Amino acid sequence: MNGKSLRKTGTILMFVTPGLLIVVVFILMPLLMSLFNSMFNWNQLIRAEFVGLENIKKLFNTYPYKERFFNALGNNLRWFVLTMAIQNTLGLLFGYLMARRILGHEFFKRVFFLPVLFSIVAVGFLWGLYLRPNGLLNAALAAVGRTDLQHAWLGEARYATLSIIMVNIWRWIGFPSLVFLAAIDSIGQEYLEAAYLDGAGEWQVFWKIVFPLIIPAITVITVLTIIGSLNVFEQVYTMAGLDGAPNYATDTIGTLFYRTAFGSVDSGSPEIGIGSAISVVIYLMTFFFSLFSIIFTRSKEVEL
Amino acid sequence: MKKRMTLVAVMLLVISLVGLFAAGSAEQKTAKTEIQFWTWRPEDVDFYNSVIADFEKANPDIKVVQNAIRNTEYNTVLAASLSGGSGPDIFQTRAYGGLLTFSDSGYLENIEKWYPAVTNFPEAALGGAKDSKGNIWGVPVIGQTQLVYYNKAMYDAYGLKVPATWNEFLNNCKVLKNKGVTPIANGSKEGWIVETMLGSVGATFYGGNDFFNEVVAGKTTFEDPRFIRAIEKLGELKPYLPPMYTGVAYTDMQAAFFNEMAGHFLGGSYEASYFKSQNPDLDFDIFAMPGEKATDPRYVSVYADMNWSLNAASTKKEAAAKFLAFLASTEVANRFIKDLGNVAWAPGADASSSPFIQKVLELQKTSTPYIFLVGFRYQQPTGSALFQSAGQGFFAGELSAAEVASNVQRGIATYYEPFQK
Repeated sequence: MNGKSLRKTGTILMFVTPGLLIVVVFILMPLLMSLFNSMFNWNQLIRAEFVGLENIKKLFNTYPYKERFFNALGNNLRWFVLTMAIQNTLGLLFGYLMARRILGHEFFKRVFFLPVLFSIVAVGFLWGLYLRPNGLLNAALAAVGRTDLQHAWLGEARYATLSIIMVNIWRWIGFPSLVFLAAIDSIGQEYLEAAYLDGAGEWQVFWKIVFPLIIPAITVITVLTIIGSLNVFEQVYTMAGLDGAPNYATDTIGTLFYRTAFGSVDSGSPEIGIGSAISVVIYLMTFFFSLFSIIFTRSKEVEL
Repeated sequence: MKKRMTLVAVMLLVISLVGLFAAGSAEQKTAKTEIQFWTWRPEDVDFYNSVIADFEKANPDIKVVQNAIRNTEYNTVLAASLSGGSGPDIFQTRAYGGLLTFSDSGYLENIEKWYPAVTNFPEAALGGAKDSKGNIWGVPVIGQTQLVYYNKAMYDAYGLKVPATWNEFLNNCKVLKNKGVTPIANGSKEGWIVETMLGSVGATFYGGNDFFNEVVAGKTTFEDPRFIRAIEKLGELKPYLPPMYTGVAYTDMQAAFFNEMAGHFLGGSYEASYFKSQNPDLDFDIFAMPGEKATDPRYVSVYADMNWSLNAASTKKEAAAKFLAFLASTEVANRFIKDLGNVAWAPGADASSSPFIQKVLELQKTSTPYIFLVGFRYQQPTGSALFQSAGQGFFAGELSAAEVASNVQRGIATYYEPFQK
């Protein structure tokens, strides 16, 4: 290696090292540490003997870990399905309408995005107040004479997770709307004009031209929704607490992980081995589901 | 290039050495031992500051640095710093299972060695500071009692009397409801509230210590008819809880009671000073829940709530032990009673400054351990976690009392040896 290429390598290293260090220290190391920790028995906070995959086996096979894990995972699935079905579909509709420059589109663009900027803790806290039995929502229902529709939104197993998901959609819908708006705006006007001249209707233009061309944006939003749905934590923590109340109805693998690994002040001591096993499973699922959806949607992409 | 690197390295070395010496000389000048003191009570920072000021006046060679961490994050922060080999010299620890998390990990000093007088504390208090071998890992600070609060002004206004039987209690609730007042403030949105309701109401019906001792020994199970009956009794309260009570949170309950919108509050002795601070005019009193017959013993559930512990890795144990002895003194216990309205354990503590605490101590004469915290909060799934979630299902009408009992029994039996025989 001559001096010049050595210097070049040095320069490249100089730029790469800070980022690499951050990734290694804050992402890779904790990941490997959880993997490592999940392979040991723990005596309270002290690592005891090596047990291999025993903790993961326990998580999937024994009561109550198995029941808690699959119950929580089921709720994560609800998060994913409802977010895709409601938030992303509405986001696409809003994005499309704004791209069609409906009246007040500049206003809506800002209003929809505003809640995205709010702190998640503040949103959780405020909506927690609105959804109380004597909160804003029930008061509004009473004002229109529909007391029969009043519920303890966060206290009934049937509505608790649904309510939190709806709040999250309210907070986050501006994001997919804006991504879809940008994607649709980037489609050349000439394609759309050509289609209209050929007599295509609004519906056909959307499905035959716009939709195939914004698949990359849909991929991004889908992957983010998968990651977001598997990592749900703050929303539930701020509105329903760590214990998945009521009766595990709002539990997600995020809250289950936290409660298991760190313990909960009001109900129990930490189990670091099992907690680490849960975190490894969360990581693997996020990785594979994201990979799968990228491959799946990429195969649907079209080039102009 | 190489030369420059060497120069930089030498300069760094010099700078760090200078820093070291500077720190050393500063320490010599003051010659004070600085100890770190952690609590989970940001609410009580002023209280501890005044305690520390008194201690420092008597011990001018020791400086105590207080650090208050939010209750919900305290365990995590403490665990992280202790397992990293650092952490405070003296700190608050939880009682029962929450203490053993740290003592079993070897992070705590055996407290008897540093404060032998700890053995003079009442047995109920030491129960929260001992491990199964009888080692004591903390000096007990305060105790809590789960009981029934009632609004005295409302009782007077509607001509009600402190109930002597369960039916009289339900009848009082009925009267309040007819007057448009929420009879009982409690809701079940938070699981731990459901557990406190068992502590205030259930103990009288499962029969207090007899059942507690039998179930701990494995002579009976949670599917015992006595325990199922206690849960059923909680169910009889449903008509008198606030509308949509499954969504009513702790802070809503407190507000309903201190704003005089609810007649009763089932909860712990720790509420009283908060009620008073929020509404100084609130006229309330307490009683223990009566049973079916006026002659049935009325139990309150009691537990130790907080300990002072020493860090096994501390390099300043002598100084920390001095502060520990001060915190454990009758003098500080009296301030816990007077300033914080807490029932302090220290022997010789004088409750005469607080009629409320005197009343609590009176009710404690018929007391039983707060069942899941004292007996079954050592391993996962804890009795508390099981009862709290199943109890929410019960209040929502999804589970029967027998199903709650069998959920609790099944969960605890996964690890509790007396249940596996």
